[in-house]
Amino acid sequence: MSQTTPTYPQTWKKPPFIKSPLLRWGLILVTAIYVATAIGTMDINWNRVWEGLPRGQKLLAAFFPPNFADSRGVIVDGILESIWMAIIATIGGIILSVPVGLGAARNLSPRWVYLFCRFIVASSRTFPEVIVAIFAVKFFGFGPFAGFVALSIGTVGFFAKLLAEDIENMNRSQAEAVRSTGSSWFQWINYAIQPQVMPRMIGLSLYRLDINFRESAVVGIVGAGGIGAHLLTSISRYEYDTTAAILIVIIAIVITLEYTSGYLRKWVQ
Amino acid sequence: MPKIDTPDGPVWQRRTTMKQRLIWFVWLIALCIAAYAWHLISEKTIWMFVWDAPRQMVDISTRMVPPSWSYMDVLWKPIWDTINIATIGSMIAMAIAIPVAFAAAHNTTPHKAVRAVALFIIVSTRSINSLVWAVLLVVVVGPGVLAGTLAIGIRSIGGCAKLLYEGIEEINQTQVEAIEATGASPAQKMIYGILPQVLPTFAGVGIFRWDVNVRGSTILGIVGAGGIGVQLNGSINTLAWTQVSMILLVILAAVILSEWLSAKVRHAII
Repeated sequence: MSQTTPTYPQTWKKPPFIKSPLLRWGLILVTAIYVATAIGTMDINWNRVWEGLPRGQKLLAAFFPPNFADSRGVIVDGILESIWMAIIATIGGIILSVPVGLGAARNLSPRWVYLFCRFIVASSRTFPEVIVAIFAVKFFGFGPFAGFVALSIGTVGFFAKLLAEDIENMNRSQAEAVRSTGSSWFQWINYAIQPQVMPRMIGLSLYRLDINFRESAVVGIVGAGGIGAHLLTSISRYEYDTTAAILIVIIAIVITLEYTSGYLRKWVQ
Repeated sequence: MPKIDTPDGPVWQRRTTMKQRLIWFVWLIALCIAAYAWHLISEKTIWMFVWDAPRQMVDISTRMVPPSWSYMDVLWKPIWDTINIATIGSMIAMAIAIPVAFAAAHNTTPHKAVRAVALFIIVSTRSINSLVWAVLLVVVVGPGVLAGTLAIGIRSIGGCAKLLYEGIEEINQTQVEAIEATGASPAQKMIYGILPQVLPTFAGVGIFRWDVNVRGSTILGIVGAGGIGVQLNGSINTLAWTQVSMILLVILAAVILSEWLSAKVRHAII
């Protein structure tokens, strides 16, 4: 009886990320062709770019040292306006999104309400806040009210969607238990649904406050109040040291907000 | 569950009285902040314009229909530019974000100082909106698609790198140790131990960011950084409302399409 020793492979190659070689090479080829066409059709004015490089250097040099002093009042005013706008837009948006979110939950509402609320959510999620802000400025005039409206609409798209999803994923037995006591619809929402979704919703509202502040810093570029207008003015006046100061303040507030909201969210949940 | 003894027998409550009061107090503070914020905003509002808004809305929306379908001929190039800004911008961002993420992750960073620098890059690029980057870059490289692409790219470095390094920190360390036990060099450890674990995350993050960037690149034209926003701004400024509604429809289609595509691809990967 002869025993043949099986020959084991002596080398090993790790399997590729995409298994089918045809798909893998096809994807690489398509990507290469796409990138080439995209860059080819970009019409970049290289002369202008070349001229711009020393300008970029000057711009960076002009950033230092940041000048907080010269337009201090304007910066403080703009930043505060942004913050208040973000806060009130978050609150207003959440108040609006509660009925929409309840309506957009499939297990809660009749079909036509569901479809209608989903439509509201989808349409307010599609357009970037800045585009909504342009229209808000047209309708409501310049100033923070337009920003408030634009950010509230953005908040509805975000918050109502997540609220609806959370309600759809809730524990059904609790809802049934409250139902079986003969509760009214409002009692049912208040005692069966609300306690289940509340902790996550508080966390999400803090997160949205964070997003709204970031957005409120730019809606000013289209005239909807906040620090954005001053940022644009400082750049067009070539006061780059002020620009740097505003950017530093924005970054500082964004970081503070992000850490605070992250910390609070952990604490709440 | 706290129990309160009353003459009629015990009563159960969900919270202790103290906790209940604390919650009411938090709500009270929130209410005060809201009222104060509302007061400040309303002070800066010209209410005459706000009351006039419904009329304006009806007026402008009637002017918007029907959308100017023929304007589509002009829009093909800008929408192509918009998609390119998002795609090339995301590619640039991923190319820079991947090394930054490895430098920022606890388990792969070469040194604490390097990690601090990487975290600084992530935070500073992430905190500034791409529209602000676009304003600055238009000054440097001139108005056009390049400024938009770079703006989206720079903003996305932080956005991607944050998700990437969180993904890297979540890898299974035992696999890396197993590779290390075979006597692998750091490079081999990276290629055989870490990369296979994080590649799906990387692909997912890239696609997700692309989807976000399509939405973001539609507005860059407002400050002259290329894409369909240039047309949007122009049409709004010349009050060509039928063109505006056409542009909005195109943006709507692009955003929905990109969201659908990214959901499909992410579903296929993960």
